[in-house]
Amino acid sequence: MFPDGAYRGLLAVAGAVFVALVAWFVVSLIVQARPAFSTLGFSWIVQKVWDPGHGKYGLLPFILGTIETTAIALVFAVPIGLGTALALAYLVPHRLRAGLGTAVELLAAVPSVVYGLWGLIVLAPLFRDHVEPALTSVLGWTGLFSGPNEGVGLLLAGIILFVMVLPTMVAISRDVLAVVPVEQVEGAMALGATRWQVLRKVVVPGARTGLLGAFTLATGRALGETVAVALVIGNSPYVAHSVKSAAATLASLIVNNFGEATGTQLSVLFAAGLVLLVIGICVNALARVLVRNTARSGVTSVAVA
Amino acid sequence: MTTLAFDPSADPNLVRRRKIQNVAAASLGRRKVYSRIAIGICWVSLALAIVPLVAVIAYVVAKGLPAWNIDFFTQSTTPEGIPGGGVWNAIVGTVEIGVIATAVTVPIGLLCGLFLAESDGRIAESVRFTADVMTGMPSITIGIFGYIAIVRNTGGYSALAGAFAIGFIMLPVIMRAGETAIRGVPHQLSEAALALGARRATIARRVVVPAAMPGIITGVLLAVARGLGETAPLLLTIFGNQYLKWNPTKPIEALPLAIYNNSSQPYADLIQIAWGAALLLMVVVLVLSIGSRVLATVLQRERR
Repeated sequence: MFPDGAYRGLLAVAGAVFVALVAWFVVSLIVQARPAFSTLGFSWIVQKVWDPGHGKYGLLPFILGTIETTAIALVFAVPIGLGTALALAYLVPHRLRAGLGTAVELLAAVPSVVYGLWGLIVLAPLFRDHVEPALTSVLGWTGLFSGPNEGVGLLLAGIILFVMVLPTMVAISRDVLAVVPVEQVEGAMALGATRWQVLRKVVVPGARTGLLGAFTLATGRALGETVAVALVIGNSPYVAHSVKSAAATLASLIVNNFGEATGTQLSVLFAAGLVLLVIGICVNALARVLVRNTARSGVTSVAVA
Repeated sequence: MTTLAFDPSADPNLVRRRKIQNVAAASLGRRKVYSRIAIGICWVSLALAIVPLVAVIAYVVAKGLPAWNIDFFTQSTTPEGIPGGGVWNAIVGTVEIGVIATAVTVPIGLLCGLFLAESDGRIAESVRFTADVMTGMPSITIGIFGYIAIVRNTGGYSALAGAFAIGFIMLPVIMRAGETAIRGVPHQLSEAALALGARRATIARRVVVPAAMPGIITGVLLAVARGLGETAPLLLTIFGNQYLKWNPTKPIEALPLAIYNNSSQPYADLIQIAWGAALLLMVVVLVLSIGSRVLATVLQRERR
């Protein structure tokens, strides 16, 4: 065909095209977000009032909403994800392991909008009529559950995120747990450790870095999820006063206002996107560094992550 | 002469041993109880993880299947209140976006995968890292990029802008999956070809890529499955269209948009359409994901 030099050149060009696309991506978001900073300064990012009609573009409610929904998701996803991954890697009978593992990976492929639809139509009424009244009567004294039961809101968004990030987290955690050397596991068993002691003292510490990476990836996914959250969070531009309150996240702010936004408001939305971009780079870079050396590097695990 | 009569209760060694045995037995009992409880919690987590995931799928199937009829697959969306109507326009749009994005992304992604697999320097390492970071990037940011780069510069929302955004999401997945598949090809194969005097390009085209094909196909199908399910980027790039449009330079509809837009409408028939579209999208994505694994296994077996 053609000489080695040309072939290597072609490959280098392909790599350069990808890098150029990424650079274009980052630069275009920065450039388009700049007018927001040049006309408004920087303080609006942490201000509370979102009122585009009066030129107020406080992002604080959305930043808080993003953090709160992610925190709710992680409160459930970390322990349940870890328990599930341990069960899948060490407790489930060998015959079922491969099948259940594949099922978990497939669930990671279910589109997020499907989770959003389910959350809005099925879970929201359930939360409004049963879950939220029950939680309020049991945990109302904490003050976290004040206000009316609306179904949609921070809590439901957090729960939907938990369901969504779980397959990703379990798939990666199971991989990093499974590569702990079998000699160490057998050694601990030979010393008389119980099953739980083996998991707690040998397997989990051995996979610590990779597990942290899995949690970080799940966090990144929860922080940036858009449509599922936009459907179930109620989209209210105020700082939430209770976990039942309707709220909004940076991502849901963007999709909900994009259609009507022009001028400064559009630039503000791009700035919100830029914030998500920076979060995305930090979280994913960290996660990759953590997972890199531990995880199995299969074709499918690339896609799951 | 001292007596040698053996009194076990007086032997300090035995006393100490019995004490240790008692402590050990108590400890084992306690550890076993802890272990039972903790292992039980792991099983409960597994159940807690499975229940919502099974529930999602069960609901989508139960609510989506009744929406499936001839109209659903052959008619475009009707305005609320008008009975009938389907998602034919959305199916066309999703297929169009998927085909364009795949056609453009696969060659570039494969070349990038070859680049990553054949070079080990610092540059390749940073390209690989960039690709890894991009696979986890919030998709809404890529939607914004599609809007800025294509929608603004071409004067409007279009299927092409959507395909650009979806392709950009698929590209790093294909790159990394391609690299992994290519790295899995035994060195001896390409070394033998090299010894026969073949050029690098010929080796890639005739030896390495064919040998890596099962893995490459798996990676591409998984990337397509991921791309077709994305919603947020499409909201910012194709806008949606109630009418059937084949022209890729015009705003079109897509299945994720049909789900997103109809689900928040207060009309039962539109929500029904959303469930039907969700079932269709889920089936497509799962068929692609499962199909990719089956195909990889079959191709792998044939080779042996």
